[in-house]
Amino acid sequence: MKNAGKIVIGVAIAFVAVFAFPFYYNLGKANAKPELKFDTPVILQWEKEHGKKECIEPKAFMRAEHMQMLNQWRDSVVRNGDRIYVNSEGKEFIMSLQNGCLNCHSNKKDFCDKCHNYIGVKPYCFSCHIAPKEKES
Amino acid sequence: MSINRRQFLKLAGVSTVLGIGGPAVLNGMGGKILEATQTHPDPKSLAAKRWGFVVDVSKLNTPEDYQKCIDACHDIHNVPDIGNTKDEVKWIWKDNYERTFPTSTEDEYMNKEMKERNFLLFCNHCAQPACVRVCPTKATFKRKDGVVMQDMHRCIGCRFCMAACPFGARSFNYRDPRPFIKKENKQFPTRMIGVVEKCTMCYERLAVGQMPACAEASNGAIVFGDLEDPNSEVRKIIESKYTIRRKPELGTQPSIYYVIGGKE
Amino acid sequence: MLEKALVGSKRYWLWMGALLVVIGIAFIMYLRQFSEGLGITGMSRDVSWGLYIGQFTFLVGVAASAVMLVIPYYLHDFKKFGKIVIMGEFLAVSAVIMCILFIFVDMGQPMRITNVILYPTLNSVMFWDSVVLMGYLALNIVIGWTTLAADSKGVHPPQWVKPLIYLSVPWAVSIHTVTAFLYAGIPGRHFWLTAVMAARFLASAFAGGPALLIILALLVRKLTKFDPGYEPIQALGKIVTYAMFANVFLLGLEFFTAFYSNIPGHMHPFKYLYTGIEGHDKLVPLMWTSSILAVVALFLLVFPGFRKNENLLAVACASLFISLWIDKGFGLVIGGFVPNMFEGITEYWPTAPEAMITLGVWAIGFLVLTVLYKVAVSIREEGGFHE
Repeated sequence: MKNAGKIVIGVAIAFVAVFAFPFYYNLGKANAKPELKFDTPVILQWEKEHGKKECIEPKAFMRAEHMQMLNQWRDSVVRNGDRIYVNSEGKEFIMSLQNGCLNCHSNKKDFCDKCHNYIGVKPYCFSCHIAPKEKES
Repeated sequence: MSINRRQFLKLAGVSTVLGIGGPAVLNGMGGKILEATQTHPDPKSLAAKRWGFVVDVSKLNTPEDYQKCIDACHDIHNVPDIGNTKDEVKWIWKDNYERTFPTSTEDEYMNKEMKERNFLLFCNHCAQPACVRVCPTKATFKRKDGVVMQDMHRCIGCRFCMAACPFGARSFNYRDPRPFIKKENKQFPTRMIGVVEKCTMCYERLAVGQMPACAEASNGAIVFGDLEDPNSEVRKIIESKYTIRRKPELGTQPSIYYVIGGKE
Repeated sequence: MLEKALVGSKRYWLWMGALLVVIGIAFIMYLRQFSEGLGITGMSRDVSWGLYIGQFTFLVGVAASAVMLVIPYYLHDFKKFGKIVIMGEFLAVSAVIMCILFIFVDMGQPMRITNVILYPTLNSVMFWDSVVLMGYLALNIVIGWTTLAADSKGVHPPQWVKPLIYLSVPWAVSIHTVTAFLYAGIPGRHFWLTAVMAARFLASAFAGGPALLIILALLVRKLTKFDPGYEPIQALGKIVTYAMFANVFLLGLEFFTAFYSNIPGHMHPFKYLYTGIEGHDKLVPLMWTSSILAVVALFLLVFPGFRKNENLLAVACASLFISLWIDKGFGLVIGGFVPNMFEGITEYWPTAPEAMITLGVWAIGFLVLTVLYKVAVSIREEGGFHE
């Protein structure tokens, strides 16, 4: 192949330019680890009544699996008509993103959005499920 | 080993398909993270073998009486008010005899008062729904208690159900509904553009032991109950009064019975 | 073989460039539709399917018409079609791609299209439609490409292609039957609830598809060094003639049942389409144009003196294709929605963005067709053909 060397170098430069784009585009932008806030009125009230802040399942599980759990909640409520969830400790909760999860985590901007923005995920749940109105900080 | 271009392309193609498809299939087969025993219905929820309605419009006298039923539904379900008939979304509405029962057609000798009377129309929650038959993703499906449900998460917006419904009960979100919702009910979601919606028999209220909102607001004009329970109020009315259903000849078995007859 | 589509005359590249411009504009319109919603089309709560689904329905017919070449050549050894069967198969590929694109642009939530595969619903005709269309696309790509590759090497196609070719015959009939079932099983819409819907679909497909093929064959003869031949085109012409008569006859049957039975629900859609109802008559000029064009086409086709003249044949085919495009790509869908389920009239007319997106999908179809035909014609020009 004529000019093989030049072509290979050209392709290599183009490859690096394209695939390193995410890195040099975000150069200089401070992207610290997201700091989630757990101090909503409802959570603080729960802490007062139960002695500690706790979600319906342990933090590690929620962090890793909350989307899968919500998907199964969705099928359970909408398709099977089952609304009650029994957590790993036997406590019962009503399965609802809008009236359950967001009841405690009413600070979407300092909670849900923080991690979602950090990893660049745009779940469209909130196109339908009304997030609580927050004061502009 | 030497490899020609054709073999290389075949190898690359197969590797790509396996590389992307393989883990995806394995992931999809991964299964549930919740056990079956972890969910159950609310003990308060209402149960029936076949939910149905009896609508007696002789009990609705003023336009406000009709509007109360419509508003009760549209308010709590965040139904948008688009403002034009092209893109409008409605779950329950009022219309006259001719348009409610169009196949009974032109009858110039008919009781004039009945002809001009207004009826309340909403999804009939048919026992043999055509819409459920045609939905390619089971986004609309029939529950065991007779509710024809709508799974807004699964709907792909193909609108086959809208073509199939003989009663025009379904609406499509031709645009983003949020700007057109006058007052949001924060306890209930909205919908997003591109999905079909309709009356869902207040499934969220049935789940906590409450009647559908339109029935509650109707002051007795809309009676709700289990059609398969011979002792229910709906059955008693159907057995004692003359009732008709919309387009019964089509065989969809609608569950709304309209009381017909002059004022007593 | 695809490299043959990468070389061409100035005219070839100008044509491709024009198509790309149309596609580009249409894509921008589609982005607008994706963000603002299908409300920017003319569709409404009453008329919930429009131009997109109409075009899809029409193009499934065009795709199925490849079978009108396959049956005579492969089942009845009609050697005259030998060199042009590939044109039918590649037209089928282009048409099915357009069908898929029209479905995609019509969907409210296109990103969820995989739900049809993740949650297969065996009682839904639409599910089966997607299955048979994908299968037909795969069949025609494999059959066309393999036979053409064998031709280019001057050898017989491999034996395993034969069963696929035989399979494509009932499969072609099935894609259009299933598409007809989308309409013919809907209980509330009397314009569609007719047993002859599938028969009408097939008749119009076997008329419209080969008519387009004749025009394409004449164009290929004019623009390239490959001549499909006078006799094959004449044979196609006879097929078009009989199929069109069947189609018009079946339409006549519909009119009879609607008007002799005198049932208002049956008559109303026909009245709306051909005479208008209470001043609502947007579609009347279109439907009569379709009917007149059909008569013109049949007149030119039925007399051999006219049919044997290739210029008149081209006019007949163009007239027929446009007539069927109006009837199936527009009238059929709208007639099912007007009058609405309350016997009221909500009219429909496509908007400019809707028309532009439609044009863009057609442009993509023509792009695919041009590329595939360039490959096939190049191989024929080089003398590549083997029975």
